[in-house]
Amino acid sequence: MACAVSTEAATGTARLDPASPYRLAPSVALRPEPFGALAYDFHSRRLSFLKTPTLVRVVRELADAPDVTHALTGAGVPPDEHPQYLHALAGLAEAGMIQPRETGS
Amino acid sequence: MQLVEHFQDGLDAPICLTWELTYACNLACEHCLSSSGRRDPRELSTAECKTVIDELQRMQVFYVNIGGGEPTVRPDFWELLDYAVAHDVGVKFSTNGVRITPDRARQLAATDYVDIQISLDGATPEVNDHVRGPGSYDMAVRAMDNLAAAGFTGFKISVVMTRQNVDQLDEFQAIADAYDAQLRITRLRPSGRGADVWDELHPTQAQQRQIYDWLLANGENVLTGDSFFHLNALGSTPLPGLNLCGAGRVVCLIDPVGDVYACPFAIHDAFLAGNVRDTGGFTHVWRHSELFTELRSPQTGGACTSCSAFDSCRGGCMAAKFFTGLPLDGPDPECVKGNAEPALAAVGANSTPTPDKDHSRTARPARIGLGMPTPRTSVPDRACDTSPLADLR
Repeated sequence: MACAVSTEAATGTARLDPASPYRLAPSVALRPEPFGALAYDFHSRRLSFLKTPTLVRVVRELADAPDVTHALTGAGVPPDEHPQYLHALAGLAEAGMIQPRETGS
Repeated sequence: MQLVEHFQDGLDAPICLTWELTYACNLACEHCLSSSGRRDPRELSTAECKTVIDELQRMQVFYVNIGGGEPTVRPDFWELLDYAVAHDVGVKFSTNGVRITPDRARQLAATDYVDIQISLDGATPEVNDHVRGPGSYDMAVRAMDNLAAAGFTGFKISVVMTRQNVDQLDEFQAIADAYDAQLRITRLRPSGRGADVWDELHPTQAQQRQIYDWLLANGENVLTGDSFFHLNALGSTPLPGLNLCGAGRVVCLIDPVGDVYACPFAIHDAFLAGNVRDTGGFTHVWRHSELFTELRSPQTGGACTSCSAFDSCRGGCMAAKFFTGLPLDGPDPECVKGNAEPALAAVGANSTPTPDKDHSRTARPARIGLGMPTPRTSVPDRACDTSPLADLR
């Protein structure tokens, strides 16, 4: 194809604290797609892929949830699938797509 | 389902959109994929370009790759650049450097969401100017010097790999390092005027192996436009990136007159999906055109399906096949397994498609040998033959 689009999964190793509040980074926009969504960071010009619609729901829930676990529950992720979603979210945190949110903000 | 399978079915909007703003160019590169030279009188107006940008914003096309021709010779180029950035459409533009003055470089360094790609097809003036024309190496270096002086780091140095420059890969990397820039290497295609020089310029089989090995050893921070996936059949280690022809699925081209093609290397009626001036605009062309719908339907690998390497290379590049007269469901002309040779031998001398969108300033550019003098500048004989450099003095 004619441009560099990394299709590598976001598999970062950044610590993600499920008990803390997070949000989508202000410089990131989500574009819905049949498979989930594209996430684009206008500052870093980095493109990431949210590979399931559920993950998109989780990411959208983050801003209003008291912590990550609540966002997972709010998006309807069954408890036994939490680990894989936390892994995906850690990757997004590593890529700067989501970030810790100041409590009360 | 793998992401790549979703890509095969197409997306609601392209990920990678190339938009060529003008066919006018101050250079006449021998391998120009769009046979550029003269402006086309039907080119989109400033207002029409802004309408397209508005549409891209609505579709959330986050960035466009702007090219040409030489896009910066459009008098409204900087206006359109600012308009795009102000509408959440980031811009990466390709240039030969002609308009990257010290002032422009400072202005660009201060603008977010803008990235620059300087074309350089030789690490030395001799190799570069052989294909890009006399003085083009110095022009690119001047532009890079100006960007560096303005503090613009991380710009891209974009190299089309040819038989003459494969041996210079380390030198290209050294140039990029010296400017704190990023190297981008892409595959030569037999598109546009590239069809005329394909036999002379395209890398040999041994050089293809050289490119593959070099990328595996040094390619971590080298961009490739994912254009070398046909080389994946060379080994068990796939090159990073999308191993798929993205034409009409995640990629497309808007040309200067608003025509939408499946990919930047496929400027030919066979790959024309529609025009942004049509009812429904670009959105309709992208989502509903007959051609793109067909490209997103399951493709047959044809003769390639029985090859053990098919999963690695996916049959290669559609445009490369088309312009060398090969069937689209057969091997790539540079098939590393050598499967294209019989097919290429069977292609008759007159059966390769003729590029049908030529904007070259001469019917075909004069071959520029090493050390030739600067081409003469002549009085334009038509309105669209105006030298884009006319107002530079």
